Amino acid sequence: MAFPEPKPRAPELPQKRLKTLDCGQGAVRAVRFNVDGNYCLTCGSDKTLKLWNPLRGTLLRTYSGHGYEVLDAAGSFDNSHLCSGGGDKTVVLWDVATGQVVRKFRGHAGKVNTVQFNEEATVILSGSIDSSIRCWDCRSRKPEPVQTLDEARDGISSVKVSDHEILAGSVDGRVRRYDLRMGQVFSDYVGSPITCTCFSQDGQCTLISSLDSTLRLLDKDTGELLGEYVGHKNQKYKLDCCLSERDTHVVSCSEDGKVFFWDLVEGALVLALSVGSSVVQSLAYHPTESCLLTAMGVSIQYWREETYEAEGGAG
Amino acid sequence: PVPLQDQTVRDEKGRYKRFHGAFSGGFSAGYFNTVGSKEGWTPSTFVSSRQNRADKSVLGPEDFMDEEDLSEFGIAPKAIVTTDDFASKTKDRIREKARQLAAAAAPIPGATLLDDLITPAKLSVGFELLRKMGWKEGQGVGPRVKRKPRRQKPDPGVKIYGCALPPGGSEGSEDEDDDYLPNNVTFAPKDVMPVDFTPKDNVHGLAYKGLDPRQALFGRPGEHLNLFGGAPEGTSHLLEDVGLSKGRKLGISGQAFGVGALEDEDDDIYATETLSKYDTVLKDEEPGDGLYGWTAPKQYKSQKEPERDLRYVGKILEGFSLASKPLSSKKIYPPPQLPRDYRPVHYFRPMVAATSQNAHLLQVLSESSGKAGQDPGTHSRHQLNASKRGELLGEMPVQGSATSVLEFLSQKDRERIKETKQATDLKAAQAKARSLAQMASSSRAQASTPDLSSSSWHLAMGSGAATTRASNFKPFAKDPEKQRRYEEFLVLMKKGQKDALERCLDPGMTEWERSREREEFARAAQLYVASHSTLSSRFTHAKEEEDSDQVEVPRDQENDVSDKQSAVKMKMFGKLTRDTFEWHPDKLLCKRFNVPDPYPGSTVVGLPRVKRDKYSVFNFLTIPEPAPPPTAPAPSENPQHPGSDKSRKPSRWDTSKQEKKEDSISEFLSQARSKVGPPRQEPSTSGNKEKEQAPEPGPDKVWDEGVDTQADGEGSRPSMDLFKAIFAGSSDEKSSSSEEEQEDSEDSQEHTEEAMFSGRDTATPSISAGRMKLIHCCFSPAEPEPCEPAVPFPIQKVQIDEREEFGPRLPPVFCPNTRQKLETPQKEKPKKSKEKHKTKKEHRRKKEKKKKHKKHKHKSRQKTKKPERSSSSESSDSSDSGSEEGGSADLSPQELLRRLKCLPLRRQ
Repeated sequence: MAFPEPKPRAPELPQKRLKTLDCGQGAVRAVRFNVDGNYCLTCGSDKTLKLWNPLRGTLLRTYSGHGYEVLDAAGSFDNSHLCSGGGDKTVVLWDVATGQVVRKFRGHAGKVNTVQFNEEATVILSGSIDSSIRCWDCRSRKPEPVQTLDEARDGISSVKVSDHEILAGSVDGRVRRYDLRMGQVFSDYVGSPITCTCFSQDGQCTLISSLDSTLRLLDKDTGELLGEYVGHKNQKYKLDCCLSERDTHVVSCSEDGKVFFWDLVEGALVLALSVGSSVVQSLAYHPTESCLLTAMGVSIQYWREETYEAEGGAG
Repeated sequence: PVPLQDQTVRDEKGRYKRFHGAFSGGFSAGYFNTVGSKEGWTPSTFVSSRQNRADKSVLGPEDFMDEEDLSEFGIAPKAIVTTDDFASKTKDRIREKARQLAAAAAPIPGATLLDDLITPAKLSVGFELLRKMGWKEGQGVGPRVKRKPRRQKPDPGVKIYGCALPPGGSEGSEDEDDDYLPNNVTFAPKDVMPVDFTPKDNVHGLAYKGLDPRQALFGRPGEHLNLFGGAPEGTSHLLEDVGLSKGRKLGISGQAFGVGALEDEDDDIYATETLSKYDTVLKDEEPGDGLYGWTAPKQYKSQKEPERDLRYVGKILEGFSLASKPLSSKKIYPPPQLPRDYRPVHYFRPMVAATSQNAHLLQVLSESSGKAGQDPGTHSRHQLNASKRGELLGEMPVQGSATSVLEFLSQKDRERIKETKQATDLKAAQAKARSLAQMASSSRAQASTPDLSSSSWHLAMGSGAATTRASNFKPFAKDPEKQRRYEEFLVLMKKGQKDALERCLDPGMTEWERSREREEFARAAQLYVASHSTLSSRFTHAKEEEDSDQVEVPRDQENDVSDKQSAVKMKMFGKLTRDTFEWHPDKLLCKRFNVPDPYPGSTVVGLPRVKRDKYSVFNFLTIPEPAPPPTAPAPSENPQHPGSDKSRKPSRWDTSKQEKKEDSISEFLSQARSKVGPPRQEPSTSGNKEKEQAPEPGPDKVWDEGVDTQADGEGSRPSMDLFKAIFAGSSDEKSSSSEEEQEDSEDSQEHTEEAMFSGRDTATPSISAGRMKLIHCCFSPAEPEPCEPAVPFPIQKVQIDEREEFGPRLPPVFCPNTRQKLETPQKEKPKKSKEKHKTKKEHRRKKEKKKKHKKHKHKSRQKTKKPERSSSSESSDSSDSGSEEGGSADLSPQELLRRLKCLPLRRQ
């Protein structure tokens, strides 16, 4: 008589607020984990970019050099560089250790909404409200972008990169996936302005949030609708969404001060985590652990699962 | 000892060389001018003589020679060459000349003369043998002949071509001069000058010899140097010349060594002027005038044969002689004159088979043609078919297999068919003959010059295009009448009339004139064609037209949003909502992504582009949109107006707003009535916001209209004055209306106008207050003046240029839950006196207005390309400003009332 297979532990959702950090840089426009999830970046509206240890709540470095509020940031795979884009229409490549500006890429005609490194941090992709995505080469000293993807008819709100794909959501209601391997662009029409897109961890699906307060999970290859997640409120602001670390849940910010968790398969609302009374503007999910960062107003919150005990003892 | 002139060295290619080599007395003796060798002091061949004492080798001079001494031109050549003893007399000419020059330039000029006189016996063996046989120099070789050879005068009667024997030595003419020549005297044959077979290996002209230094240096004044002459007298006269110039100054005379680049050549200052140099009598210019100088052809100097001079210029080449009589020019016979009434037409006489019925006709035909029609029996056998041949041979026709349908017919039918056939044949033949005759008569004239005019005719006919532009080409502009005829000719030719030439010619002209003009016209037409085609072949179309009517647009466009929208509504994502296009990533991008280039050979980057007509209607054509449904669908399920969203293609941000429009208004109304609005997330601003939302959709809608009508309003844009008037009007009321509203109005003024000009201002009731006023200041205020929502700039906000925002906005910085936090200085600033803030704003506004104008220009430029894009920015602008406005405290109750008043208008 064999033992029944032990059931995999149901993933616990991060709902214990471990830390609240007042970033002191105006409104936090975005919060991002670094590649391994040990550190986080906050983009402030006071033109600074800050690097934190969210667990300890210590500020590691402040990167200043933007001429306007910083709207998005990303870290390179080797943690050696950061890139950020902001309202000053520039994309800045930072050196993490020295905090110096390595390069400033100018060329966008409008605010840079989103920036991403590619897998090897050789290219920075930046999406702007000038409805173009620009691919900046970090290797050469060329001031011009390698390529400009200007197929979008309206501002780009979100760009994500896989090893050979560029996923871009635009305000024109379309999600475009540029496949470099196949040399094709797949344009999925959603209708409502896209606020955020992301790949699933297995790279088979794309999660799309749009201003009609709906998140949609689309099959990447065919564009078919796999799931729809409603209940939150997203009608005005550019809010983030993401998938949990093991693709079990869909997470999204909401304008009513909550973070919503849906079961990915069933599409049922699992948890509405109340963060505050204001808009949850940005969130970031830890790449491997059940750990969530949210940004609301001028502060960020660090969330862990209920069963989590701080190892380092850093309260 | 070896005479000086023989002490020459030549390299392995036979060129004269400076002295080298130990044995030729050179400087570079040994190994790099040392005594050693390549191996050092002991040559490699050194063997100690202790061991090899026995075989003592005797060293010859060659053992000490250099390689170059042993080469072909060294002093001891290894190759087998004819030694001087056996070589013929033709010595090295250069050496000869060198020797002569040496003699001439010697301190005692005639000294070498002695050397020449006492020549060492260097005659070849052949010479010696011949001499022994009794030959003397100057004689020919061969048996002695009896009489003196006749003068070589060509026999006028007999022409000798090719290598004929010289007439001398022939026995036939023996008798002529016999009388005074003794019989027993024989003569040596005349020496034959061998033909010089030296190949010509230079680029000089034929028989050019270059400047003879002898003449150039010692030339007598007044005597022309002759480069071409002197061949016969050549070197044999050299000594004589030297002798002649004995008394003269030798060596380089006249000037010092050459003439510098900067100085003129001196005249011969030592020359003596003689009167003989001048003309003493007036006469014709001598032929040897300055035209030729010393290069003058020989005959100008020696005027022995004036007749020849006229025809032949230059020296007659060796082996050629002047023809004795001139070539008779080719006689050209004119074509025979045709009789005037000759018609070059051949009438094809119909062949009529001799049958019983048409015997009479046959007879007539034969009479007219002058020969009887051939009877079938005389056909050549190739014209016969098998059955006929069989008939001739007397065979019985094969009954079994009928090969023709005719054979199945009855006799009667066959007869009938035959008759009709003959009749039609006859008719066809006659018609053909007639047409041929016509053609021939039309082109009769061309028969005189058949080759030219007919070909040109075809050429001219072949290019119909040429005639279209021939009007610009006026070859006969001098003669308007002729030009007119020419143009007429071209027109007729264009029409394809073959007798064009004939028709357009002047009937009053003579035949000669006619034919000439015909020719001219044909040639002119042809020339025009030719020049046109040659020109066109040389030029090519510009690759890039500067102001072309084409624009590059992406080949694939994401279209048919309506289908997709319905698909989205039905949640049928997948094929319906997906567009797949070819997209070319940049090579470098592929490299950076570590991905192979999907299109290795392509130079395209991005979407493939095609050229389209810039002003094509299709560029502006959007998919016909269904009329928007009268009632908005439930916002939760379908938040979008299918129609409205389509018209401004970019799905605007105001989609959510539009849906909000309805319920927010009701909300607003209920709030206004109850006066206690349930607080939203932002208690401080929520009430405001909702209030703001009410008038806000107006601009959007107007803008929609504007976009709708943009396509048709494009063509009839109002004049600039109108714009100016409107803009001026807007600036007046700046103080009264809210800044944000102004911004709105400025942004969308253009579009409002467009909407109005297109006569579609049906949405005016819903137009927002600020804009309404704008309109009214330009036009008669027929409608009730709506209230102005004087909404101030939200003071809570950090100074973010919200108007720049497109797309989803960012939440405001100020958050109620962080109220405990100290206000940042940025937030404090706006809390200061409102006046100051306002003035500052004003200031900024002015600046930005300029910017805005610029932006507008830019946008309007862009509009043709992507109107939806600009619309997006506009509408989002307006939406931003509308929703961002806060500050209920600044709302005066009066204004609130007015706003309320205008609200129901919207709902109607």
